Amino acid sequence: MIPAIIKTSLTSLRRDRGALALSFVLPIAFFTIFAVIFGSRRDTTPRITVLVVDEDHSAASERLTNGLEDEGSLHVLLRPAPKSGVEQPEYTAITAEAAVRAGNAPVAIVIPHGFGLAPISFGGDRDRAVIQLLKDSSDMVASEMIAGLLQKVAMTAMPDIMAEQGTRMIDRYSGGLTSEQRRRMDEALSSLRHQRASNGTGNRQHSSDSSGGGIIRVKARDVVGENKNNPMVAFYAAGIGVMFLLFTSSGAAGALLDEAESGTLDRVLSSRVTMTSLLAGKVCYNTLLALVQLVVMFLWGWAVFKLDLWSHIPGFVIMGVSTAFAVAAFGILLASACRTRAQLGALSTLVILIMSSIGGSMFPRFLMPQAMQKAGLLTINAWAIDGFTKVFWRDEPVSHLWPQVAVLLLAATTLFVIARRLSRRWEYA
Amino acid sequence: MSSINSTPLRIEELVKRFGSVTAVDGISLEVKPGECFGLLGPNGAGKSTLIRSIVGRVRPNSGRILIFGETAESAAARAALGWVPQELAIYPRLTSRENLESFGRYHGLKGDELEQAITWCLEWAALADRDHEVVNHLSGGMKRRLNMAAGLIHRPRIVLMDEPTVGVDPQSRLRIFEMIEELRRDGMSVIYTTHYMEEAERLCDRIAIIDHGLIIALGSKDELIRSAFSSRSQVVVRLADTRGCVPSWIERHGGRSLGGTAQFTVDQPAEIAALLQAAAKEGHEVLDVSLHRPNLESVFLQLTGRELRE
Repeated sequence: MIPAIIKTSLTSLRRDRGALALSFVLPIAFFTIFAVIFGSRRDTTPRITVLVVDEDHSAASERLTNGLEDEGSLHVLLRPAPKSGVEQPEYTAITAEAAVRAGNAPVAIVIPHGFGLAPISFGGDRDRAVIQLLKDSSDMVASEMIAGLLQKVAMTAMPDIMAEQGTRMIDRYSGGLTSEQRRRMDEALSSLRHQRASNGTGNRQHSSDSSGGGIIRVKARDVVGENKNNPMVAFYAAGIGVMFLLFTSSGAAGALLDEAESGTLDRVLSSRVTMTSLLAGKVCYNTLLALVQLVVMFLWGWAVFKLDLWSHIPGFVIMGVSTAFAVAAFGILLASACRTRAQLGALSTLVILIMSSIGGSMFPRFLMPQAMQKAGLLTINAWAIDGFTKVFWRDEPVSHLWPQVAVLLLAATTLFVIARRLSRRWEYA
Repeated sequence: MSSINSTPLRIEELVKRFGSVTAVDGISLEVKPGECFGLLGPNGAGKSTLIRSIVGRVRPNSGRILIFGETAESAAARAALGWVPQELAIYPRLTSRENLESFGRYHGLKGDELEQAITWCLEWAALADRDHEVVNHLSGGMKRRLNMAAGLIHRPRIVLMDEPTVGVDPQSRLRIFEMIEELRRDGMSVIYTTHYMEEAERLCDRIAIIDHGLIIALGSKDELIRSAFSSRSQVVVRLADTRGCVPSWIERHGGRSLGGTAQFTVDQPAEIAALLQAAAKEGHEVLDVSLHRPNLESVFLQLTGRELRE
């Protein structure tokens, strides 16, 4: 009896391609995505972009910069990318801060004037120049990692300076070194400098281990989101919101399949309603539905998590409408591509979960390898989240939203045109 | 030209093929003003394709369909033609009134015109007291009546009803007959398809029997019976044993086996005695014998060799 039941179930599963995809393709796809993001494969470990501003131009600041450049986990930029083949000037504290605000990098390091005079100290020397860490607090991982790496690089890139500073402290706090002790110390330091010079930049290490010793003074400052009550609320409102918008939209678009199955679609198309106007009506409805969903979600964010909704209304409306239109057209496309509700359910679950994972709805895209970050740009999620982040996190003006709005509207139009093409099967036999 | 324009439906040499299958093979017919025209045919005969061609949902390979002189796909034809599909093609989560309002708007009605049309439909379908009831909560018969009303919301001049009584109880069926007869009194032309012969006999002025994509007979009920049987009658003989040599005996005497009976066509009742003698002679025990005037069912059987509900 039991084998018969198993056989019947297996046969049913074998013939249900949607259930098969959900059973085997989706878990494998998710496993792969998570493994790539959080796994330890070296070739896909994400490198953190950091802007370095050297205001000191001393030997010490140069060695610190070189040390940072040698870190395999960092992608150090001293100047913006060339524009029209023209090399751009090096970053200044102001331009670097603007670049962090614009989201070009999560962190900028500013090495101030006078850093080279006393780069390292084991005591509380308050007069020492302080390195500025300008950070985007939405990327907590990057700023913490760079703070640690700075200390590590100071030790590995400037061992002679560290030893010299140590000698001075011993001299100061031990009642003075004898001339013989000072001579030997100087010899050792000379040897250390010679060894470093012959090795190029010294004892470079490429491990990703970070250590914090506090031998250089660093002051971190949030340049984005410094006044935000709850830094990640806007991100999650957009990320989770878009994912559920996609689900809702594909579910609502499934009404088209119900109507086709019940014969209502035939009846509607035998009236004055054309296929194009029917699909346009469905997209408009789905857009409105998605927009209302977004409004409810952000209102909840405002009421419960103190999300600053009211001072961002224009940006919210522009991004909300663009996103809602794109997800609505996506839903209609999925429904047009499927034959049955069951097929739509399986396909939409598969596609939307994958889109949401690589598009940044589940975890921020900056955690992902570069290749996956680029792949994420093929999803509605990524563009919508980027746009909402610009509005709510970076406080950017509405005019800065044009890339996201343009991509979302273009995607929506393209998806609608494809859906219209696929829907021809319902028009005439 | 004016006679074409006043003809509710005119089909000329209609052909529709799906791949190598010819679903409609050169059908021509004409429905007159105020007429109830029946379409009968077994499953797969090409009836559905013909119906979907008339409502503009199937594009024929050749031939043409004119509704009051306009091609089936034209806006004028859509306005003049009402369609009641066999399926319950209504929105299940909307109320009766909301359904009618939606379909009215799809046909371009608005304002007072729409409101009047809704009121008329609700009264015609005897749903005025259930107008705010969600469709899912209506009985099967009510859903059927609403399905019909939705096809008439734009007050068409010709309506195509595709098996509107499928799955309804006898009481609701009678109510539907009355609704159709009311439409006919108002001068509306009706094209009616059904599997029930008694419905066709009661409602239809003329009937076309379709098989293998062709009209194999066309006329009033009496004309069809006369052409198939002339003045002959049907004799139904029930035998105790229908196995063995019985089928060959039936065939030898020009009859056919159907549902455990032997059916013969006779010119004179006196021929019955000869049949019974032949049965007795060959040792077949006869349980009972009856004489029938042929009806549409007999005609259908005679022409197609199948029962309509096969």
